[in-house]
Amino acid sequence: MSTVQVQSDQQMDAATQIINDFSFTVATSNGSGSQTSNLVLIRALFKMGIPVNGKNLFPSNIKGLPTWYTIRVSKDGYIARRDKTQIVIAFNQKTAADDINSIPSGGVCILPQEWRQGRVRLQLPERDDIIFYEVPVKELVKAFDIPSQRREQVSNMVYVGAVAQLFGIDIGTIREALSDQFGGKERPVQMNMQVIEAAYHWVAENIEKRDPYRFAPLNMTERKILITGNEAAALGAIFGGMTVTAWYPITPSTSVVDSILKYRYLRKDPETGKSTVAVVQAEDELAAIGMVVGAGWAGARAMTATSGPGISLMAEFAGLAYFAEIPSVIWDVTRMGPSTGLPTRTSQGDLLFAHTLGHGDTQHPVLLPASVEEAFEFGWRAFDLADELQTLVFVLSDLDLGMNLWMSKPFTYPDEPIKRGKVLSAEDLEAFEERFGVTWGRHRDVDGDGVAYRTLPGTDHPKAAYFTRGTGHNEMAVYSERPEDWVQNLDRLHRKMQTAKKLMPKPIKDANGAKIGLISFGTNDAAICEARDWLAAEGIATDYMRVRSLPLHDEVHEFMQAHERVYVIENNFDGQLLQVIRMYSDYSTEHVQSLALGDSLPMTPDWVYAQITEQERK
Amino acid sequence: MAKTNAIGLERTDYRAQPSTLCPGCGHDSIANQIITMAYELGIPPHRLVKFSGIGCSSKSLAYFWGRTHGFNALHGRMPSVATGAHLANHTLLSLGVSGDGDSGSIGLGQYKHMLRRNVPMVYIIENNGVYGLTKGQFSATADLDQNSKYYGHNPLPPVDLALEAIVGGATFVARSFSGDAKQVQQLLRAAIHHEGTAVLDIISPCVTFNNQPDSTKSYPYGKEHEIALHEIAVMSPDYIEEKSEITTDYEAGEVITVEMHDGTYIRLKKLDRDYDPRNRAQAIQLLEEASREELLLTGLLYYEEPRPTLAQTENLVDTPLAHLTEEKLRPPREALEKLMQELA
Repeated sequence: MSTVQVQSDQQMDAATQIINDFSFTVATSNGSGSQTSNLVLIRALFKMGIPVNGKNLFPSNIKGLPTWYTIRVSKDGYIARRDKTQIVIAFNQKTAADDINSIPSGGVCILPQEWRQGRVRLQLPERDDIIFYEVPVKELVKAFDIPSQRREQVSNMVYVGAVAQLFGIDIGTIREALSDQFGGKERPVQMNMQVIEAAYHWVAENIEKRDPYRFAPLNMTERKILITGNEAAALGAIFGGMTVTAWYPITPSTSVVDSILKYRYLRKDPETGKSTVAVVQAEDELAAIGMVVGAGWAGARAMTATSGPGISLMAEFAGLAYFAEIPSVIWDVTRMGPSTGLPTRTSQGDLLFAHTLGHGDTQHPVLLPASVEEAFEFGWRAFDLADELQTLVFVLSDLDLGMNLWMSKPFTYPDEPIKRGKVLSAEDLEAFEERFGVTWGRHRDVDGDGVAYRTLPGTDHPKAAYFTRGTGHNEMAVYSERPEDWVQNLDRLHRKMQTAKKLMPKPIKDANGAKIGLISFGTNDAAICEARDWLAAEGIATDYMRVRSLPLHDEVHEFMQAHERVYVIENNFDGQLLQVIRMYSDYSTEHVQSLALGDSLPMTPDWVYAQITEQERK
Repeated sequence: MAKTNAIGLERTDYRAQPSTLCPGCGHDSIANQIITMAYELGIPPHRLVKFSGIGCSSKSLAYFWGRTHGFNALHGRMPSVATGAHLANHTLLSLGVSGDGDSGSIGLGQYKHMLRRNVPMVYIIENNGVYGLTKGQFSATADLDQNSKYYGHNPLPPVDLALEAIVGGATFVARSFSGDAKQVQQLLRAAIHHEGTAVLDIISPCVTFNNQPDSTKSYPYGKEHEIALHEIAVMSPDYIEEKSEITTDYEAGEVITVEMHDGTYIRLKKLDRDYDPRNRAQAIQLLEEASREELLLTGLLYYEEPRPTLAQTENLVDTPLAHLTEEKLRPPREALEKLMQELA
């Protein structure tokens, strides 16, 4: 079908081969079990030592709608998604035409042979600038005795075998990856492997390789791990001394709690078999955050994991936690809003809302992880911060970080002891007046850092009790409608946010005196780092600052002022980080340009590069 | 020398801020009974914890137990806050004060889910059929066809929060009248011993907005129409002699004795009708009859052996989660290293 003159693999010289530097897309239908095939490919490539990243672009649906999975290998270690993928595995009839049209010239399409044979032939775009490989999926699967309910999933193993043969993955490595995927269970491994092998051999005998793409073993994944951000978050909580999780299922945060349940065994008392972790599925997000706040108040390290619609419901409690000063943690794995929005697509659109969630004057500390490593670190640190600051702490992840598999250095064990903040025991309370020269009051700031001391229910001291309320109160936690008391309280809470700046992770700066400064946060990091290399290759030098928490550190303003032109890059529509910067800044921001994407997909270096070059050409 | 209880505390030690509710409010007499209960049972104030939602009823949380940690939460959301606190420290004795708006309207969902989870606490609904703080709107428990000076006619049937509790899986459900101090006191004493959610739906008249004699939530109506199902006496396990006393001296059928899980006895002495609160179907039937005929039937409506509490269902360690130290909170370094190898 392809009329382009292509060289065979044997004839192709080394210079024209493209090794370990391309992407491919797997197009299937949702619920067909293709995720297993995709994960096997990723794990196999990882085992070959090739830096690999997978992104699942899936629909909000249980079965039937189209789904795409993109896998990128990069010998240079880049892990961002690319705008175009050179290879498309078109296994979904409904999208096949669009999928074929998306392939750049010189690319490859692998598709089921049966679509073009028999009486009903599928009308597909004719393209003579790409290479088609047709594989007899039905026939290959029919040869085996596969239970009918498994046939669809197993059919997807055909492309695993084909990819392995065409682009060079050792069949033994595939078997290892498959075994990992099925947790070593021999029966499913056997059932799937026979199909993979059949496809592998059929391709060897029947297809002549005519494309330049190849995998080749590297040693770049040694001492690396593969994990999703949600699983990393859960491990952070388990190692951070989390004791209560209350939640309501919502995509894309659900696997945070699934992973907490998976690793809950690490927190089992070896003698009694009892648990130091409670996980309660609440009736809604309102009850979930209510339980978190109640637990935090009574001395637990409590969290919930949710997404945009969930934090909408949590707004009233968030304000209470801020004003009544109750340690609590919310993981917001952000998805695309407003409203139900695109529930299975990524976004950074909750930044402003989370930071100021609640009516009245409210500010919450927000952690902004960009990698699975940070998801783990902020996962445990969030509880220390919540306890030290006695307030609600947000961790703003996103669907891309949370649900996709990322390659990472192994996580570092927490390098600081668990911090419980200013909690008074009965003995501390007895000695309080002598130590500070005043009597203890729940909201009395004796250290000048805006954080008062608290007691826990159950403390056996006549003066330990206090009354927690969202209504106006004075230093002694007694109801007050006096304007002076109100202002004093809010002043102190603002002072507390200054303390938060000292405790929260500072921005990370990579600067070499360039005139252009880039500011961003979260998962855009991968795309920005790669785009900076491309720009540098064209002589456009950039400095880069990645914000890792709110309230904003002064370093961000200093960075802004130190550059002639500043681009604030983010994956939401309204440029929310720039709005936060303006909220905290007295400086002019005339030299600052918003590059806000918000198209529901993980940002690509292609987009960042195009935006900046366009602006710089002006 | 003032009188003291078994642990040497005075009644004052169980009091708190003076009430700011309207003089004569039913909620104040309930607060008094709560004070009396804890004082007379000699419960250390720090072993208790108190919660409320929003509304007149919930304000009263500040008017008792000043030496006890308290949490005045959000409207209708006290059950979730109390649930979280129970998980953090399951050794505390918990008491919540809610109202008919708080539990019957905005918080009906949390109310029923708390019962489902069997969060151990005394859950008091101070039920007056009306919104006080916002000045007189009908609540979900207002009488059908009731008339209000400001809001006209109520065309909707009331929600019966005791019935909702029984249907929702509560294992201790009582109804009382704030004007019947003696009965409220005995029910509180039994409820504080219950290892599960103990619901007390107490008709507590609003003297400002809903005290006209034709309202079933008014003082005149309650005083005239209250029908106690039984005479209640609660004997704690510490009083051995009294225990033998309660099981004797009565003819068969005259007394029902319920033994609670901790050895506390509830003695129910028969009054006009035969009623056994351990029969769920009978309890539901009784409430149907009370609703149909607008009868104020009070007493222990339903009792069963409590299911496991939430902390038990969660199989939590005996030490309160709030008190766990670092070695229990953080798995060792080797555990993380092993996991990292598995993920490589």
